[in-house]
Amino acid sequence: MTSLRYAVTSAGRRMEFPPEALERIEKILPRYPTKQAALLPVLWVAQETWGWISKEAAEEVARILELPPAHVTGVLTFYTMYNLEPVGRHLLQFCTSISCHLAGAGQLVDHCRKRLGIDLGGTTPDGKFTMVEVECIAGCDRAPSMMVNDGYHEPMDAAKLDALLKRLP
Amino acid sequence: MKFEPVLLARVGRDRSQAIDTYVADGGYEALRKVLTGGWTPEAVTEEVKKSGLRGRGGAGFPTGVKWSFVPKDTKGKPVYLLCNADESEPGTFKDRLLMEDDPHQMIEGQIISAYAVKCRNSYVYIRGEFFHAARVIQRAIDEAYQEGFLGENILGSGFSHDITVHRGAGAYICGEETGLIESLEGKRGQPRIKPPFPAVVGVFGAPTIVNNVETLCCVTHVMKRGADWFAKIGRNEKNTGPKLYCLSGHVNRPGVYEAPMGLPMKDFLFGDDYGRGMKDGRKVKAVIPGGASAPMLTAEEIEDCPLDFDGLIAKKSMLGSAAIIVMNEDTCIVDAARNLAKFFSHESCGQCTPCREGTPWLHRVLDRIEEGEGRAEDIDLLEKISNQMANGMTICVFADAAIAPVLSSIGKFRDEYRHHVEHKQCLVGPRAVVETTA
Ligand SMILES: Cc1cc2nc3c(=O)[nH]c(=O)nc-3n(C[C@H](O)[C@H](O)[C@H](O)COP(=O)(O)O)c2cc1C
Ligand code: SF4
Ligand code: FES
Repeated sequence: MTSLRYAVTSAGRRMEFPPEALERIEKILPRYPTKQAALLPVLWVAQETWGWISKEAAEEVARILELPPAHVTGVLTFYTMYNLEPVGRHLLQFCTSISCHLAGAGQLVDHCRKRLGIDLGGTTPDGKFTMVEVECIAGCDRAPSMMVNDGYHEPMDAAKLDALLKRLP
Repeated sequence: MKFEPVLLARVGRDRSQAIDTYVADGGYEALRKVLTGGWTPEAVTEEVKKSGLRGRGGAGFPTGVKWSFVPKDTKGKPVYLLCNADESEPGTFKDRLLMEDDPHQMIEGQIISAYAVKCRNSYVYIRGEFFHAARVIQRAIDEAYQEGFLGENILGSGFSHDITVHRGAGAYICGEETGLIESLEGKRGQPRIKPPFPAVVGVFGAPTIVNNVETLCCVTHVMKRGADWFAKIGRNEKNTGPKLYCLSGHVNRPGVYEAPMGLPMKDFLFGDDYGRGMKDGRKVKAVIPGGASAPMLTAEEIEDCPLDFDGLIAKKSMLGSAAIIVMNEDTCIVDAARNLAKFFSHESCGQCTPCREGTPWLHRVLDRIEEGEGRAEDIDLLEKISNQMANGMTICVFADAAIAPVLSSIGKFRDEYRHHVEHKQCLVGPRAVVETTA
């Protein structure tokens, strides 16, 4: 289960989806026999639109899908990939599950911690990097495996990580 | 005779994802044969039964038999087919490859399977981290619509079918079929009490079949080349067909390999076509044969162990997702168990008290043993906690999976645990003690 961190932004202000996002939502709804079933995909649209899902964004999703806001919050906090607070431009996701662990994922994480001066869950002050630990991402043959945003970078090591951190804008 | 890959035949080829290359290689012939060659849904189900195909997602349940559990009279309810592409069992990475490199093989199998269970709408439930695979699958589905393999009245057969890609959002438990169903309904992915089984009451209250990606790929080949051909591949009539194995850990050549069901584990780890032996010539200490949930085996136990469902049951372990994780002699077994316990503690869905409380407790105790703060009674305590979590105390078998690495490692490497507790350090040397993951 994920933690219950949930950043509260300016309460009360309604977040409105931009037209492109609404169009995507319109296409999602007919694929399901219930509106509730569209919750995960619509939350993805919200995250892709705003980068994270604020309380207000969640309320807007609840309104569109005619769901109690508490249901949306319950779902949001169950899944690890919805960002409940803003994250850096590059979300560094280190796998530390068994095959990556056997290949030195722990040392890689420590190296990154020192390099960026942040801890797991932390974001660099310039908002460039957020660093998190994830469970097996199905890259175990190229361990240690990691993802940056939606792309794989594997196998990873300290030198490659340094180069990657330098290269990322 | 050398084994010719079936499932991986097209993987790695130029533009293997594109529908034109797939069709040129004989793709969608099986679908055409089924839909326009006079096959009834029941006949397809019988053929799949005859092939001996057992589910590739973990439990190894015979696929055709599962399909036949859908009630004849569904009382006006539709039937749903869900492709389980949640692949999250640590050590497993075969479905990702199948989807990224040969998406049409799976889609064809999904359409044929949908026809067999009389399903109008099916879903691919794909884990959220598979951004790329989801895009590849979606593109392939779009192509299949364009070519008339999906949509209304496919190939003039009167059968219509739609597939929707549904992305998860990070939760291992959504791989469990009823957790997946809850998640697809837009809820927390918390497994349901069974019975009723999904084939009777599944998603949206309707009969539902859940099949793994690799299972659906196998269906394509069963219908293309026949049940007899499929059944001849493999060790015996209970363990048939080609199989993908995921190899990771301390071996020379990790990767996804295809072999006939029942390949000897020894050949797999050391054979030239597969793992090519241990890295740096180290010795094997332990092997996890079926993903994090499968009990560990010792170097001795792998000497004569066929890699198939029954071969591993005979060793009191399981084939699971066929994720073979190899640990060499320098691995601290307590540290490995701690890592696995951390996974289960993180992924428990929290519904059942023994699982919700037990998984972090196991992790805490293993952590203190590994850190040199273990107490004499801790080893017994681990066993006691585990036993309280096992055997039907919980809604799903996650709890049984969570205790497998703990109990098997204590049972087989008790000396290492004792050494840790007595000497406050690893038997394999102090190095592993300093290695920590937060
Ligand atoms: C905790 C848990 C996690 C599971 N994860 C997966 C998974 O990621 N992928 C999968 O195909 N099956 C998974 N399964 C097995 C499914 O429940 C189900 O048996 C399977 O998808 C059925 O498909 P098959 O008959 O084609 O194997 C999991 C089971 C459990 C108990
Ligand atoms: S056993 Fe664990 S994972 Fe399964 S339903 Fe119970 S709490 Fe959830
Ligand atoms: S264990 Fe790290 S990707 Fe599987």
